[in-house]
Amino acid sequence: MLAEIGHYALILALLVAMAQAVLPMLGAVRGDAALMAFGRSAAACQAVLIAIAFGALMTLFGQADFSVALVANHSAISQPLPYRLAATWGNHEGSMLLWVLVLSLYGAGIARFGDNLRTTLQARVLSVQAMISVAFLAFALFTSNPFARLSPAPLDGAELNPLLQDPGLVFHPPLLYLGYVGFSVTFSFAVAALLEGRADPAWARWMRPWVLAAWVPLTIGITLGSFWAYYELGWGGWWFWDPVENASFMPWLLGTALLHSAIVTEKRGSLAGWTILLAILAFSLSLIGTFLVRSGILTSVHAFAVDPERGVFILAMIIGATGTALALFALRAPQMKSGALFGSISREAGLTMNNLLLMALTAVVFLGTFYPVIMEAVAPANKISVGPPYYNLVFVPLSVPLLLLVTVGPMLAWKRDDLAIVGKKLLVPAAITAVLLAGLTAWTGLANAVAALGLALGGWLILGAVLVLVRRWWGAGGFSWRLVRTTPAASIGLALAHAGLGFTTAGIAAMTTFAAENILVMRPGETAVAGPLSVTLRDAQEVDGANYRALRARFTVQQGGRETTLVSERRFYNNSRNQTTEAGIGVSVLGNQYVAIGDVQSDARGQGLVVRLYWHPLVGWIWFGGLLMALGGAASLSDRRFRIGAPQQRSLPLAPGLVPAE
Amino acid sequence: MLRLAALAAGLLLATPAAAVMPDEMLADPAQESRARTISKDLRCVVCQNQSIDDSDAPLAKDLRLLVREQITLGKTDAQVRDYVVARYGNFVLLKPPVEGDTLLLWVGPFAVLILGGIGVLLWQRRRPASAADTPLSDVERAELDRLS
Repeated sequence: MLAEIGHYALILALLVAMAQAVLPMLGAVRGDAALMAFGRSAAACQAVLIAIAFGALMTLFGQADFSVALVANHSAISQPLPYRLAATWGNHEGSMLLWVLVLSLYGAGIARFGDNLRTTLQARVLSVQAMISVAFLAFALFTSNPFARLSPAPLDGAELNPLLQDPGLVFHPPLLYLGYVGFSVTFSFAVAALLEGRADPAWARWMRPWVLAAWVPLTIGITLGSFWAYYELGWGGWWFWDPVENASFMPWLLGTALLHSAIVTEKRGSLAGWTILLAILAFSLSLIGTFLVRSGILTSVHAFAVDPERGVFILAMIIGATGTALALFALRAPQMKSGALFGSISREAGLTMNNLLLMALTAVVFLGTFYPVIMEAVAPANKISVGPPYYNLVFVPLSVPLLLLVTVGPMLAWKRDDLAIVGKKLLVPAAITAVLLAGLTAWTGLANAVAALGLALGGWLILGAVLVLVRRWWGAGGFSWRLVRTTPAASIGLALAHAGLGFTTAGIAAMTTFAAENILVMRPGETAVAGPLSVTLRDAQEVDGANYRALRARFTVQQGGRETTLVSERRFYNNSRNQTTEAGIGVSVLGNQYVAIGDVQSDARGQGLVVRLYWHPLVGWIWFGGLLMALGGAASLSDRRFRIGAPQQRSLPLAPGLVPAE
Repeated sequence: MLRLAALAAGLLLATPAAAVMPDEMLADPAQESRARTISKDLRCVVCQNQSIDDSDAPLAKDLRLLVREQITLGKTDAQVRDYVVARYGNFVLLKPPVEGDTLLLWVGPFAVLILGGIGVLLWQRRRPASAADTPLSDVERAELDRLS
């Protein structure tokens, strides 16, 4: 019964979305307030219906109702309840349902928090949002129905791989989806602006919180995914330039560009066309990220043919959405008013450079991800692979100028500036960075100059972030608490995010060059060295776990006079015949000690345990920086400017006693 | 979810035991270090996006041993690489060679940057005299001084 209720709610949601796609748009054209108001109610209604469907599916997983095919195929009674519930989105059909749920929640958000929006713009945004909904609800209902029944129902379901039952995997996908789907809102804003023929500062201010609302969870999602790979996959890799990772990285790069170009449009009215284009492309890449990866096309062109129905549907949606939006852009953008002028040395010019470099970086990832597929289709005889060496060679040189620019940008004045004045402001951080670079190069040797440069760049970014706040807090009359208290949340957000990027950069530089490893066979009592670590294998014994047997080894790690104990396990799961490695990780600010055990093997001195010892300098900074960036985004999002509303030509009468806020 | 799917697919091919084993390693640390560097640029052709240095697939192990064998025979890094490419084609290289086919891959990102830059310059040019080009008149400057 529950499955049928969910299914029915989903069908109703599709009908509501169809009405919402047409009527508010019609209302905006005719100036009919009732039709536009319908959009708001419909968005709320749609969200409730999809929430019912999602709730039904989650309950079915919770009840372990194996008469539903999806539940039977993706969960088992022996699985702990939290992981059974998480299995709701741990499969294609369920994750589609999560996708439309998030989509409709964003739609309801626009209806609820869009009070200060121009009514016609809001109506159009809601209509475009509903068009996307229609496509995905139809996709879910016609090709990936999550509520399909299974008869006869089995007694138990298929057990989920124990390796995947991990808190990191419970939160990673929903966060990524919040990010991907969040860009649907900016897409809708862009299309609505094109339809209205108007993209002014007010439009940009309305849109910017939604860019942040997508960017923040996407940032956390990517960071979490990287961290999960590091501790779970057993050899300490934190980024693999895997197509799956790239798929989330591309919208992030373009979303970051969008975030910055929208600032220009909001403050100066310039770059409106460019902002619209970025909003369209960011969503297209999100779609490509979510679906093309899943269709299997990235493994091989031939994998696409395995499930042609879904694949064709997905491809049609991507081409339809992107193509229509771009055609509209070509038609409308030239007629739109361009904003204020700016000189070649100005904040606007700096942000334009930022955008160009981020576009180039996106192109690196895009070409690296799709080139092999294109080659396979065009010239099957000459298949190629693209891996980390390519990205290191192309991505790194393009990101250096961007990182240099990050600290310069906030020091530039709007409209026009003077290089001499900017140079004077940056003298102190530039001098410190130069000394840092010289010192690091002298200390680590000329051979490691690239790593020294990366570390110095990290310092440059952190110093730049501090400088932003220092310049705000020290006024003409010295330090003032009043200036600290009145710092806008957006400035704090900027400082946090840029500092975060600095920590990540430094972490990557250190980890890439100075990581040390030692792979060898050890017997209890023996000691081995890996970088600054001296590791002794104390003992190894067999232990029994809840649903596994394990070989557990204890290590004593000495570093700089301090001693820690680390435990690594190798687990054998009887049911699923899987093996997992649980690494022992000693975390500190300066780096992680990482030990992992493998099989039993022999070397010249007899039988022992294969042991991998690693020293990972500053690796934690990579994720700390990611979280700091997300925190900065959240701080920016909390800026009161977004809540007071956007500047409008027509001023509203104020209540007595209230002063205009800006 | 995506990672999950990717990982689940990967598990069918490989057990989580990590890649290079002590018994494969060369006795000479310099040679072993060369082998590691070469291995990191060679793809495990049956895996998804893994180098033979990272992968525990049997084929990756064979390739690792092959690379080490060639090194002990006294071949240079380039010769070892060519030897492997001769057997498996360009597909085995994680860093594709710069050829006619792959030109777009290598120059594409830089082209985006340069063409984008030119586009911005043209767009700036096409517009009426930009703010920076019109200096203040004497009257305006006097007014500005009075205000500040």
